[in-house]
Amino acid sequence: MRLRRYGHLSLPPFGRKPDPLSKDLSAKTSKKIARLDLNANFGIPYIPILKQTQSMGWFKRLKDGIQTATKYKKETPDGLWYKCKSCDHLQTTKELAANLHKCVSCDYHTRLSSAQYFEILFDEGHQELFSDIESTDIMDFVDLKPYTERLEAAKAKTSLKDAMAVAQGQVNGKSLVVAAMDFVFIGGSMGSVVGEKIARSIKYCIKERIPLMIISKSGGARMMESAFSLMQMAKTSALLSRMAEHKVPYFSFLTDPTTGGVSASYAMLGDINFSEPGALIGFAGPRVIKETIKRDLPEGFQTSEFLLEHGFLDFIVNRSDLKERVSKMIGLFGF
Amino acid sequence: MVFLEFEQPLEQLYQQLEKLKEVEAIGDVDVSKNVKDLESKIVKTKEEIYSNLTGWQKVQLSRHPQRPYTMYYVENIFDEFVELHGDRQFKDDKAIVGGMARIGDQRLVVIGHQKGINTKLRQYRNFGMANPEGYRKALRLMKIAERFDIPVLSFIDTPGAYPGLEAEERGQAEAIARNLFEMSQLKVPIVCYVIGEGASGGAIGIGLGDRVFMLQNTWYSVISPESCSSILWRSWDHKEEAAEALRLTPEHMHGFGIIDGIVKEPLGGAHNDPEAMSQILKGHLLEQFKELSKVKTQDLIDQRIERYSSIGKFATVTS
Repeated sequence: MRLRRYGHLSLPPFGRKPDPLSKDLSAKTSKKIARLDLNANFGIPYIPILKQTQSMGWFKRLKDGIQTATKYKKETPDGLWYKCKSCDHLQTTKELAANLHKCVSCDYHTRLSSAQYFEILFDEGHQELFSDIESTDIMDFVDLKPYTERLEAAKAKTSLKDAMAVAQGQVNGKSLVVAAMDFVFIGGSMGSVVGEKIARSIKYCIKERIPLMIISKSGGARMMESAFSLMQMAKTSALLSRMAEHKVPYFSFLTDPTTGGVSASYAMLGDINFSEPGALIGFAGPRVIKETIKRDLPEGFQTSEFLLEHGFLDFIVNRSDLKERVSKMIGLFGF
Repeated sequence: MVFLEFEQPLEQLYQQLEKLKEVEAIGDVDVSKNVKDLESKIVKTKEEIYSNLTGWQKVQLSRHPQRPYTMYYVENIFDEFVELHGDRQFKDDKAIVGGMARIGDQRLVVIGHQKGINTKLRQYRNFGMANPEGYRKALRLMKIAERFDIPVLSFIDTPGAYPGLEAEERGQAEAIARNLFEMSQLKVPIVCYVIGEGASGGAIGIGLGDRVFMLQNTWYSVISPESCSSILWRSWDHKEEAAEALRLTPEHMHGFGIIDGIVKEPLGGAHNDPEAMSQILKGHLLEQFKELSKVKTQDLIDQRIERYSSIGKFATVTS
């Protein structure tokens, strides 16, 4: 059987009855040609339809990736520059440190360690207290890593013993015990050691009649000590009630971030509660709340300004004024 | 009846029993012996299943849809009860109930989490997740108890304090912290029972007491196994492992010395025989209040604070 081509169509020859087979064949062939036609370019250059957001490049990268070999790259040592998380302002870490670790452009308060707060608050020279206790793995807790390994890793990384350090010193000549949390140690989580350090600080302050300041900075209770962590909420609150009985002032300084079991116990129980600008403070974390209510959270939700507005803080203090303010408060409480 | 996954062998036996009873009802064949055999087999299977429950299975049992909640016990234990509402500041929380009650000559102030018994009521009760006003209502009632020298009974059964936007605005953290602070100094005895779920701050917010007990098929932990799995394993699939790792069963908690004892449930769990459970609980709690009534107020508070101050395990190092 012969098929004649007419243009782009292929038809059976005229005057003949098309038999089923040829019909089939012609159908197949015409399909094929039709498909070919679609791809034909008829001499017109192919112009892809561009979305408005796309722009056409005049130059084409021939090789992918950056071509500079490592040995020709210029080395910048780590930790020289700091880019502000809030305003993206680029500054040297020296400038940042000179400004009490606040952004020189927008005054964003970066997170500090317990040692740095001691440095800011105390006149000169302070004595660390209760540094002889460390966390242990009470319940052989294993998630993706055993708790003992996590503890070791945290100790090695931070050269701290746990998420809280306590020190006694003078603030403008007035005695104060400061118990400060370290967020870098397993998220500043509260376990038996944090609870015990607070407990001992309270007993010490009652005995010596020295005001206590706790600097909270924590994601909440430490899961790896399960019920023991939970009970630290009761432990610290119970002892704080004892301190109130003895009329020894307790200043609670809530810093970024203070959430979970820490905010729902000692952090919220100060004779005065105060905070730094822009700190995250709340019971549940913002992600959990967002998932629960399935709505976006309003601007500034759970910031220290939000808590001040809703009546849970006495004031917000800039880090530059922290020492002055604390010393003034000690005096006003009659100590 | 609702059967949980690990109760499947029971479901089959119950189905067989039902069929036998149908046959018996027709009355042509005497099957009374078979029925008896099957019933004893059911008891035996139950004993087997319930004597070796894992942490996760206890979690499942504590959430059993037919498990009795606070109001059930209130209705079945007390001779008299008047429910009191509201925190006098914002509104009446439905997830925490409370009121004044009497058994014989023992007067009590009762507070407790309340879950709903059907879909509509579950929503009404917010699944037993209290807002700050719930904790503040509980505190108001405890203050009434203190003023009139009436001991406090607390029933704990919550998947956690409600993590909502308004809860944060009104100070969820402050409400729980304040309760812990005030309950430490309350001048009347407080006895707490975990009757279902005891999750985190939401549970301890009304759970600080002179004596704390857990029912046999309940759990108490710093976080629910699901949330623990999602945070530490970064996936929701490890809840069984998390339940084991958290050591959340009454047996563990008693072993740690965190609770004072375990209240045995009827065979097959509280939901199998809620009435019997109420009676067990009634006897148990009356005994506690009788003993605590002999303790002087100041000693009571001192012992309570001492009890919580001594919880915690750590290593002492010399450096």
